[in-house]
Amino acid sequence: MGKPINIQRGYDIRIEGAAERTVDDLSLSDIIGVKPTDFHTVVPKLLVEVGDEVLAGQALFFDKNRPDIRFNSPISGEIAEIVRGEKRRILEIRILPDKKDIRYVSYPVSDPAALSRDEVTERLLESGCWNYIRQRPFSLIANPSDTPKGIFVSCFDSAPLAPDISYIVDFEKENFQAGLTALQQLSGGHLHLGLRAAPQAGLTDSDFSGIPVEHIHHFKGPHPAGNVGIQIHHIDPIQKGEVVWYVHPQDVVILGRLFREGRYRADRLLALTGSSVLRPQYFRAMTGQRISNILGGRLRDAHSRTIQGNVLTGSTAGSDDFLSYYENQITVIPEGDEPEFLGWLLPGIKKLSLSRTYFSWLFPRRTYQLDTNMHGEERAFVMTGQYDKVLPMDIYPVYLLKAILARDIERMEALGIYEVAEEDLALCEFVCTSKIDVQKIVAEGLEYARLEG
Amino acid sequence: MKFLRRIVDTVKPHFSKGGKFEKLHPAFDALETFLFVPATTTKEGVHVRDAIDLKRTMVTVIIALIPTVIFGMWNTGYQHHLAYGMEVSIMENFMFGFWKVLPIIIVSYAVGLGVEFIFAITKGHQISEGYLVTGLLIPLTLPVTIPLWMVGLAAIFCTLIGKEIFGGTGMNFMNPALLARIFLFFAFPAYMSGDIWTDLSPEAGQAIVDAYSGATNLVTFDADQTKLPSAANMFWGFEQGSIGETSVAACLIGAFILVATGIGSWQIIFSCFAGAWLMGVLLNVLAPADMPTHAMHTPAYYHWLMGGFAFGAVYMATDPVSAAQTETGKWIYGLLIGAFTVILRVFNPAYPEGVMLSILLMNVFASLIDHIVVERHIKRRLKKVSSE
Repeated sequence: MGKPINIQRGYDIRIEGAAERTVDDLSLSDIIGVKPTDFHTVVPKLLVEVGDEVLAGQALFFDKNRPDIRFNSPISGEIAEIVRGEKRRILEIRILPDKKDIRYVSYPVSDPAALSRDEVTERLLESGCWNYIRQRPFSLIANPSDTPKGIFVSCFDSAPLAPDISYIVDFEKENFQAGLTALQQLSGGHLHLGLRAAPQAGLTDSDFSGIPVEHIHHFKGPHPAGNVGIQIHHIDPIQKGEVVWYVHPQDVVILGRLFREGRYRADRLLALTGSSVLRPQYFRAMTGQRISNILGGRLRDAHSRTIQGNVLTGSTAGSDDFLSYYENQITVIPEGDEPEFLGWLLPGIKKLSLSRTYFSWLFPRRTYQLDTNMHGEERAFVMTGQYDKVLPMDIYPVYLLKAILARDIERMEALGIYEVAEEDLALCEFVCTSKIDVQKIVAEGLEYARLEG
Repeated sequence: MKFLRRIVDTVKPHFSKGGKFEKLHPAFDALETFLFVPATTTKEGVHVRDAIDLKRTMVTVIIALIPTVIFGMWNTGYQHHLAYGMEVSIMENFMFGFWKVLPIIIVSYAVGLGVEFIFAITKGHQISEGYLVTGLLIPLTLPVTIPLWMVGLAAIFCTLIGKEIFGGTGMNFMNPALLARIFLFFAFPAYMSGDIWTDLSPEAGQAIVDAYSGATNLVTFDADQTKLPSAANMFWGFEQGSIGETSVAACLIGAFILVATGIGSWQIIFSCFAGAWLMGVLLNVLAPADMPTHAMHTPAYYHWLMGGFAFGAVYMATDPVSAAQTETGKWIYGLLIGAFTVILRVFNPAYPEGVMLSILLMNVFASLIDHIVVERHIKRRLKKVSSE
């Protein structure tokens, strides 16, 4: 084990509602939804109609721009409804799951180590598992014809209340291992893993056979140390024209199942977290599971917000929403829509702030029941040096944001737009005194760079 | 508080779109958000936010300024009674100063906020909190004898030329409060320098004592640096000067609050002090040996204690909007402020208070410093690529 990479800048938001280490199986909801909107830039072209019978692993639609990228049904059943939005955009494909066992499309069982790179690619594309492999920059589904300079898997999640990856992986170690082997084949030997440095490490080097030690990197420090983008930055930064791929460990497990079980099995462990949850814990749930089915009877407070993902990067889920494709976590926190009398003037012992302007800093160990209040109004940039404290990258965040706002592509590139994703600057948005929508600006910048760069 | 909330909710519709006083919405909004942190929730992006906002930031700076306000009030009374050779209690000194200083503060706030409100209403934008601090900084940089109409004029100048023409708080490139002071300094020199530092309003049956001199230590040291008051007196602030600037001790309390809360940049404060000291030492070395009274012989740390150096370094140079914004830039910016202050003080007797001019000068150069730092950063990033 090499010397750990020490991430010094960052911040662990001390929020209540971490998941307890117990797992309950959730029964399938009466309806399962697949949302093409989970995939940025994908233009869905349907392969099924209402009334069709589908198997688990059968393609539902493909990407019009890249027809070999297909999106499969996580379960077997009958297509119940195609929900469309404005301009007939497809929002959801709703499937009525089989009452009895799930019927799968079957694929040959094989050891990925014995397959060539092309064979692995083909198997993944055919089964629709390819879309678990994503690329930086731009966080899109990887392009099978690209040769990435590396594939990165961050084996821990440092986000607030994030699920414990080592706990999740522990249930299916062989599948995880098989998935990594497949990725190793794909990467041509450039597979990099990011682990939590001892003593907090859940997974250790011995969990990864066949991966050279110099490709196993250990990270110390607060969030965003677990973000794959931060890890890439410290291991092998992305330059213009370069592409790296990344996969979430839970998705690695799903890839492994494809090779070891010969089927696309899309159930995953989900951490239900947040202070509005009665008993935060893990559930085994199906991708596309109805959110209301996951939450039913498990919430403390009706006046709360359900977030798919964590409080920094997740998206707000409506009551009728389905579990998104890449999500491993649901967070429920109280809504903070109560005005507070002279709130900016009070000592604020129960207010979390990175600054020490509230007296809560006297209690460094306390966890907080954070709500969704904005705590102020949007202003022009005033404070300086705030973002730098929580962005462990060799990047000047405010200058990057200003270059984005000015739509100055050359400057964006010079300041490192290709290295960042929204999630990497989420903490900047959290700490911002001027309440600027940092992630939105970054997203605009990335989209602009993707189209113009 | 429910009662207050009910009132606000009842009148709110009149100020909203389509209401009777729709135009006055920015003013209403400012008052409402002053009373209540709005119920606004996060929409996209992060779902939870740090509890800090600009109001909290500004109120923290005001708290950090309170020691200088209190000491300044007391010192106003103390200097006044000293000039008349009267011995009075601490409270009497304070109350004398209190009634002299309070009107200046009120005029500064009333006029400045008035201009801000008018601007916000005509332009239809929100009222920013920046003036909460600026409005207090202006009085603290002025002599207590300043006519109130000049305070008002300075407040107008500072809000209009210092901020609003650039687009309001966050957009200005010079420290607005210092701009107000420099405006008065050049427009009304007779009221901003000379024998104006002590309030000499007549005391029945008392005459000004012979020992009284209206000269501040900045004037004294230019003539003969050996005649300076003791370092302790200058540190605690028992001397003449602008209302808030005399006590280095009070400024250091403020500096502690700013740095501990994370609002003020310790790099800027530290590098200002370092810059002044280094330049002071350099001048000591170069000073003509045959002229022991020459200002170049002034002990380097005296520059920390004289005039408004500490006040400027702690409260003015750290204004994040007009200071350098990069970490490296902050060091350069601070060092240069300190160094220039000492140069101006020693070599240019026409402008005894060098700190004001050097902060404003460096405000102008701050963007350039940052530009150089960022360009170097970009070059370094590029080099990393080619070396791989």
